[in-house]
Amino acid sequence: MATKKFLYVNRKPPHGSIYALESLEVVLIGAAFEQDVTLAFIDDGVYQLLQNQDSSAIGTKNFAPTFRALGDYDVNKIYVERESLELRGLSKEDLMPLTWEDEDEDWAEKDSIHIVSSAELAEIIEQQDVLLNF
Amino acid sequence: MKFSILINEGPYTHQASDSAYHFTAAALRADHEIVRVFFYHDGVYNGTRLSVPPQDDRNVSERWSALGQEHSLDLILCVAAAQRRGILDEDEARRAGKDSNNIAPGFEISGLGQLIDAGIQADRLIVFGD
Amino acid sequence: MARPSSAILLIEDGVYALQGNSAAATRLQQAMENHPVYALQPDLQARGISEENMLDGVEMVDYDGFVKLTTEYEKSQSWL
Repeated sequence: MATKKFLYVNRKPPHGSIYALESLEVVLIGAAFEQDVTLAFIDDGVYQLLQNQDSSAIGTKNFAPTFRALGDYDVNKIYVERESLELRGLSKEDLMPLTWEDEDEDWAEKDSIHIVSSAELAEIIEQQDVLLNF
Repeated sequence: MKFSILINEGPYTHQASDSAYHFTAAALRADHEIVRVFFYHDGVYNGTRLSVPPQDDRNVSERWSALGQEHSLDLILCVAAAQRRGILDEDEARRAGKDSNNIAPGFEISGLGQLIDAGIQADRLIVFGD
Repeated sequence: MARPSSAILLIEDGVYALQGNSAAATRLQQAMENHPVYALQPDLQARGISEENMLDGVEMVDYDGFVKLTTEYEKSQSWL
């Protein structure tokens, strides 16, 4: 099977609408296809990665913990736009600490989240083959 | 060229399905191949058989069914999104113990793998949404 | 975020950014220095945006032109 570079662009916040949850579902199913997967979080999409999300009081399924499983699915290229964070008064410390284990380095635990500038993100986007937006 | 189309919104509420339809028709006119049209999120509502729009307005679902039939298109509704929103074919309805189904002709229900596959097979994946 | 090698196509409500003297139109004008900007004519027409009250230098396309643009550029990104 051909390997393509899939990029999932997330610009919408979670919980107020289903886009974030259903976008993650595509990523998880897609992981089975062994393609090269990258996730980008821009604008309000950065809110999807905030720590301490607890949807029990609004009575919806909390899917935020599922992000932690991404590392196990070989999804470890997660780019968050710096400008989007700054505009929202956020920093990397506010985000979930998503990690993956690098089998090439004795299963060393590494950060999956990379904070990048808009310009750097544009370069990353340029390298992708299939661009999915939700 | 091979195109795959992803539609993320339902009919009428957003223009996405209309834009996608006109794009798809234009691509077919130009002799391109449509690998698949995949409906996700509220896009699955495009696959209902039960829509009764005003007489003087377009019938979005029927228009897709007709285009699908004319060109043997693969019109796929994501199973998870469809189940959530109550768009069911006969099998899904029976499996879920529901008393009827409502899928429009020419549409099929299948998994998200079909979307990934559509992206792998096509030269261009065009996304229509909000 | 668009790269110099990219083109921008405005469709649906995106075409409102071309409206006369809007703040969006001003930003778009800057973008036009580095990128070709296209607009889907049917969407302009629907919204009553004519060539007279629209930003200069934008090329209008129909759906056939939309398809053609996607074949001319390697990738298509829908900014939803």
